[in-house]
Amino acid sequence: MSKANLLDRRKVVKTLLADRKDALVVGGLGATTYDLAAAGDHARNFALWGAMGGAVMIGLGLALAQPKLPVVVITGDGEMLMGMGSLATVGLQKPSNLTIIVLDNECYGETGGQVSHTSGAADLVGVAKACGIRDARTLETMSEIEERPEMSECASCVPRQASNDLCLYLTDLKRQGLAMEDFDPKSAAAMLMGAIFADAMGRDMMPDVYPQPAGSAAHMYSRLLLRAIGVEIGPAKATNKQNKRPKQLSA
Amino acid sequence: MHARADASSEQGANWPEDIFAILQRYDVRQVPYVPDAGHSQLINRVLASSTMRGIPLTTEEEGVALLAGAWAGGQRGVLLMQSSGVGNCINMLSLTQIFRFPFLTLVTMRGEWGEFNPWQVPMGASTQGVFELSGVRVLRATHPGEVKDVMEAAASQAYNACTATAVLLSQRLIGTKVFVK
Repeated sequence: MSKANLLDRRKVVKTLLADRKDALVVGGLGATTYDLAAAGDHARNFALWGAMGGAVMIGLGLALAQPKLPVVVITGDGEMLMGMGSLATVGLQKPSNLTIIVLDNECYGETGGQVSHTSGAADLVGVAKACGIRDARTLETMSEIEERPEMSECASCVPRQASNDLCLYLTDLKRQGLAMEDFDPKSAAAMLMGAIFADAMGRDMMPDVYPQPAGSAAHMYSRLLLRAIGVEIGPAKATNKQNKRPKQLSA
Repeated sequence: MHARADASSEQGANWPEDIFAILQRYDVRQVPYVPDAGHSQLINRVLASSTMRGIPLTTEEEGVALLAGAWAGGQRGVLLMQSSGVGNCINMLSLTQIFRFPFLTLVTMRGEWGEFNPWQVPMGASTQGVFELSGVRVLRATHPGEVKDVMEAAASQAYNACTATAVLLSQRLIGTKVFVK
């Protein structure tokens, strides 16, 4: 559902399938089958070069037979227009594992670029919605295509890993008797990460709130946190000359 | 406005049950259909079944494509339609030749035995020819007592031999539709 001049169809399909995992993919007649091939051959591709209007129904049959696997139909506006009734059939069955992607370039690219009905009148998103497919939308830019649900997993995996590493370190301090007995490592990790994140996000807008130089702020927050959980630490520029006790940390 | 004349033979009342039992035995899971009075009893059995899924279509060709997808996903299916819908399937039937999936369709016939509606006659007269030209083998049941055997042969041919098969359930079998006030 995009204007051809805004999106590169090969790139769109490749991006959509980049992280396909177990997904079963049906390609419609005809250029979408080329897009599918260009994205890389795959044993779970079901490509059509005929049976025009049937792509969505093949996807539905697959989706109902394999309800635990994601099924993706990638087709064009011409093929979708020929099988428009199948949107009503899908709307009635409501399979939760079926995604239909229409590359709408408003023309029949295979036969000489004659304009299709979507160029002047038909609105396939509107048709899909009216057929009971509630989550129907138009994507017009690459950033929308890249903004997929699994991206939240990507976005959270780095902070989650950092938090886990920090918790392990703090728990280790407790185990070695370097910190107080009764603190919660998760809360401590949340405090430190929260402070560093807020500083990073806010220091340009509110220099008065975050006056420490960027190079030393994280170090200061870390020292404050260690002190809060009862770790005895030496001076910031730790030389340890004045402090002979063995159980010491330099943050 | 429309009523159905009784089937000519009383012992035939159970033929839809015979079909249902055979479909069950062959573990048929997806049953796409465009409604037809002749199929109504079978459709009701399918919709009440816990193992089969009845899937209403907007046009018969959807059912051919659906069964191709179902088979790719490991499930058998059967398409229920009436003879006037066969013409809607022609191009989509190419899927049965390209993928050689086990295609089975049960077609209730109109436009033959005692038809009152002239609009049913052209497609009814060409139904068998359309299937054969499209590479689908045709079996026919005319009398209630033979439905079971014909159906058994068709299911075996479709599901075991992966040979696209249509069973024509004749208008004489399903009972001639009559027009009443």
